[in-house]
Amino acid sequence: MTALLTIDDLRLRYPGRGFRSASPEVLRGISLEIAPGETLGLVGESGSGKTTLGRAVLGLANPTGGSITFQGEDITRLSQKQRRPLAKRLQVIFQDPYTSLNPVLQISEILSEPIVAQGVSAADSRKTVSRLLDQVGLPSNAAQRYPREFSGGQRQRVAIARALALEPRLIVCDEPVSALDLSTQARVLDLLVDIQRNTGVSYLFITHDLSVVRHISHRVAVMYKGELVETGPVAEVTTTPQHEYTRSLLLSAPTADPDLQRERRALRRRLREAAA
Amino acid sequence: MIVYILRRLGAGLVLVFIVTAITFFLTHAANIPVANNILGAGATQDQVAALNAKLGLDQPIIEQYINWLVGVLHGDLGISYFTSEPVASGIAARLPVTLSVVVVSLIFTLVLSVILGVAAASKRGPLDVVLQGIATLSFIFPAILLGIILVYVFAITLQIVPAVGYTSLAESPSGWFASIILPAIVLSIAGIASLAAQIRGSLIDELGRDYVRTLRSRGISDMSILLKHALRNASGPAFTTFSLLFISLFGSALFIEKIFALPGFGTYAYQATIQGDLPVMLGVTLFSVLLVVIVNLIVDLVSGWLNPKVRVS
Amino acid sequence: MTTTEIDNIAAVSAPEKKRSGVIRRLLKKPLGLISLIVLIVIVLLGVFAQFFSAHDATFTSLQVVNAPPGTPGYILGADQNGRDIWARILVSINVSVISGLIGAGVATLVGTLFGLLAGYVGKKTDAITSWTFNLLMTFPALVLVLVLSPVTGGAYQATMFIFGLFLAPSTYRLVRNLVVGVKNELYVDAARVSGLSNRRILSRHVLYVVRGPIIISVSFLATAAIGIQSGLAFLGVGSTLTPSFGSMTSDAFINVYSYPLQLVWPSVVQALLTSALILLGNAYRDALTDAERPTRAERRAAASAAATRTRMVRARTAGAPDVSSARSLLTVRNLSVGYAQTDGVLKSVVDGVSLDVAPGEIVGLVGESGSGKTQTAFSILGLLPPEAQVEADVLTIAGDSLVAKDSRELRKMRGSVIAYIPQEPMSNLDPSFTIGSQLVEGLMAGMSRKEAKATILQLLARVGIADPERTFASYPHQISGGMAQRVLIAGAVASRPKLLIADEPTTALDVTIQAEILDLLRDLQGELGMGVLLVTHNFGVVADLCDRVVVMRNGQVVETGKVRAIFHEPAHEYTQQLIASILDENTVRTDPAPHSDMRELEETK
Repeated sequence: MTALLTIDDLRLRYPGRGFRSASPEVLRGISLEIAPGETLGLVGESGSGKTTLGRAVLGLANPTGGSITFQGEDITRLSQKQRRPLAKRLQVIFQDPYTSLNPVLQISEILSEPIVAQGVSAADSRKTVSRLLDQVGLPSNAAQRYPREFSGGQRQRVAIARALALEPRLIVCDEPVSALDLSTQARVLDLLVDIQRNTGVSYLFITHDLSVVRHISHRVAVMYKGELVETGPVAEVTTTPQHEYTRSLLLSAPTADPDLQRERRALRRRLREAAA
Repeated sequence: MIVYILRRLGAGLVLVFIVTAITFFLTHAANIPVANNILGAGATQDQVAALNAKLGLDQPIIEQYINWLVGVLHGDLGISYFTSEPVASGIAARLPVTLSVVVVSLIFTLVLSVILGVAAASKRGPLDVVLQGIATLSFIFPAILLGIILVYVFAITLQIVPAVGYTSLAESPSGWFASIILPAIVLSIAGIASLAAQIRGSLIDELGRDYVRTLRSRGISDMSILLKHALRNASGPAFTTFSLLFISLFGSALFIEKIFALPGFGTYAYQATIQGDLPVMLGVTLFSVLLVVIVNLIVDLVSGWLNPKVRVS
Repeated sequence: MTTTEIDNIAAVSAPEKKRSGVIRRLLKKPLGLISLIVLIVIVLLGVFAQFFSAHDATFTSLQVVNAPPGTPGYILGADQNGRDIWARILVSINVSVISGLIGAGVATLVGTLFGLLAGYVGKKTDAITSWTFNLLMTFPALVLVLVLSPVTGGAYQATMFIFGLFLAPSTYRLVRNLVVGVKNELYVDAARVSGLSNRRILSRHVLYVVRGPIIISVSFLATAAIGIQSGLAFLGVGSTLTPSFGSMTSDAFINVYSYPLQLVWPSVVQALLTSALILLGNAYRDALTDAERPTRAERRAAASAAATRTRMVRARTAGAPDVSSARSLLTVRNLSVGYAQTDGVLKSVVDGVSLDVAPGEIVGLVGESGSGKTQTAFSILGLLPPEAQVEADVLTIAGDSLVAKDSRELRKMRGSVIAYIPQEPMSNLDPSFTIGSQLVEGLMAGMSRKEAKATILQLLARVGIADPERTFASYPHQISGGMAQRVLIAGAVASRPKLLIADEPTTALDVTIQAEILDLLRDLQGELGMGVLLVTHNFGVVADLCDRVVVMRNGQVVETGKVRAIFHEPAHEYTQQLIASILDENTVRTDPAPHSDMRELEETK
């Protein structure tokens, strides 16, 4: 059994503004693998490079070194045309359900877009659209509506349906629940887990929220300043972290229990004072 | 900083070179019979050829252009084919007229549109309607007509100001002002509406921003927030509109000069172009492009200074 | 919880409604309809000119030189050459309309095409085209027109074609900026990942967005082109054979003192034509923005829902026991916030909220988006926009009632008794002023600049900023988000307030910074003995800081209680549901990834 996605020593530096100015490296040699049907949670703070890594996999950012292999095919630097067939197997769910759906298109148009782009007739795509809506738990009359008529959680369901339209093998999920309310968040995560069980899709799940990662990931990779500092099964990384940064991350996240949080706070302060 | 200014001026010189070159070669392609124009209908072939030789028009085109360029580098813009007046002194005589009108008109525009824009942004409601009305009217109402009406009322009927002509500032400051006030008003109309609308729009944007609420939470007065904080942040985009306005006012000064019979830059350029007076055309083009380059540079410097992100880094 | 559950069933199962198109909205506007009719009438008059006039526009008759209006066969009279003014006006309409069409057409085509290219293709294309269009803007258009006149024969059509090119930069800038904006939208990224070709993305996503602004700009361009044409004709540039508004004005200008009416006719018709164009463009813009607003029926439905809710609340709060507010720092009773909709009905967002904060107490105001928690906080601070209608039975801070205060007195309280910490650190600092100057400004009412500076420097050090002097002199963009939040906290506590209102103060921060900021808030609260109202959706933050919790939903308070009670035995069903939705820290995903099963299967084979 080979990995679905293999990233090897990936490096990325955004082009500077002028001709000579060089910006710092955003990805500094990232290597990781995702197996079929697996969720890899990618955790990190803002500026750690986790979103850039996701965009590089999707072809929305250009790596300056290393390689990305998807189903045995090198997809590190493909032209937009070469990348087109890949849409069937590799999809995305973005963080912001408000800007990731074009406000002037109906839901049916949004959902059929990737299908029609693959050369499927409009009539066939219509059938798929109602199946997709059903799959994400939206009623079929949602198809003739516009994104603005839906709540954040419902929009995110539409975004999930769009990602599922071509039955991909890997979905890059970039903070898909962090813009959602607490109760909606749990339901969307459950939906993602259900879909994975039914279809065997893999997720590269990018988030800053450790509790979300625990909920959805099989394995976790922790990013810090463009590097992976720790990778492992979710239970190990979130209970017995090896790297100091992971430990401070875990201690910093406040837990939703006043007494446990008091202990955690005390522990964090002790560690900080010991370090200082 | 100095490097930046020099680089921009360098780029401006390249622009001057390109635009004058285009003007030069286009004029030649148009084949205006300059010598015939000067000598009149009765000129003989020999007279025409002699004059062409005298003016250097018999030389190869490239050579003529290079000659002109070399002259410019020595500060010599040539002599008008028709009046034999040196182009440099011709421009020196006309440019102040047009610049007087344009600059005074810009000051009107700036002052009035800031007042209108700030008032409309802070009060909204009725003032908004007034502003909209002015904007629409200024688009609809032909400036030429406005000019004629103003001349009719203030110069002919009330006789407060002269109807036509120009008095230089050195000659008589009050006469100068009287001679340019009407043209400046006419020229301002379109600009006031668009600039005031721009200032109103960006001010409303700024007043809706988070930092305004935070400043209010510290007990800072609404007046200080409006005039100090919001206006400062709104001035960037307004300034860009202002610079575009300068260029467009300079361009439309010709019409105003015609109505008010002002001996300005626009009329000078117009006459020269109709006659095919190449040295004057090139001189005029050179100066207009230079002016645009300098105004753009000043605007960029000021807006850079207004924006600390640009200034500090 | 099943995955087929819907977040909000009501919103989706509402009856189908059709949205009318922009064109239909445009025609429903009186101004839009009238402008369109005027425009059509004028254009038709021009097109069928020969049927509406008795004479040819160039026919001269010495009998009628300067004939007054109403002369038989000469409705508007005749000009100084004895030509029919009405006939000349009709022909001038055609000249103007064609000038507008050519000028606006060329400008729009050229500007849109290159704007799309520059915005979408890449930086190099952008640089080259932007440079070219800048060149176009500096080039004297009139020179080109005059220079080319031997080639064009002075035909106004050719002139307008050239001016169309010179008008193109404005369209180019408009389209380019719009496209650059759209290109960065996530839905364009999603379309690329979905395998759409560039052509498809441009036509489907990009052109759709730029369509409206381009149509609006066409009306302005056409007006500008008509103005330029008449101006040139006024100057006498180009062929003088064709009558036009400009040449008519010029002719009339010569004897304006004897026959001023001759000047009026062409001016009036030209003004009618251009105003119809401009007003039509404005009406179209309004129609476009209307399409984004809810329809009147939707507003009415929302408003009536709000109205019924208000009545329910009133009945309930009236029966509630009055809590003694003698020891309370902040007392709020029956607070309501509403916004008047365009049809006059009040839409309520906060509805009968009552809460207390004791001195030195930290109260968490918790709820999901749309619960009204932020509106409640802002109404206590008096920072809601003027459109907001705020009502309360009681709203007192430290025994001082805010209900009857005017804006000046409220402002004084904000500078001293009550303070605010916002959510987004960066956007809450004025980018044009140094950090020091904007913090000092808030203290200037009570002390000299020197004292204020010393106080702020001391505070900056206190909130954990390593080099206060340097930060004091820095601009907001030079510091990090975590630092900016420390600065804002310093600004809030500078006046030693009794009540601090913090709106999601750590939501925008990374989790490690969040921990530090929470520590800082707790320490400062202890030192200054402030009461804190902490607005948040994060139960971890609540657990870390709060003594008591107020839970809100749909503008109402559903439950108030001690922090442990809320977490361990929530009384209200909604609170229970919220607490249950918290992702448990102790359960991790345990079902194995399917490949491990497969691997086992393969191994057993």
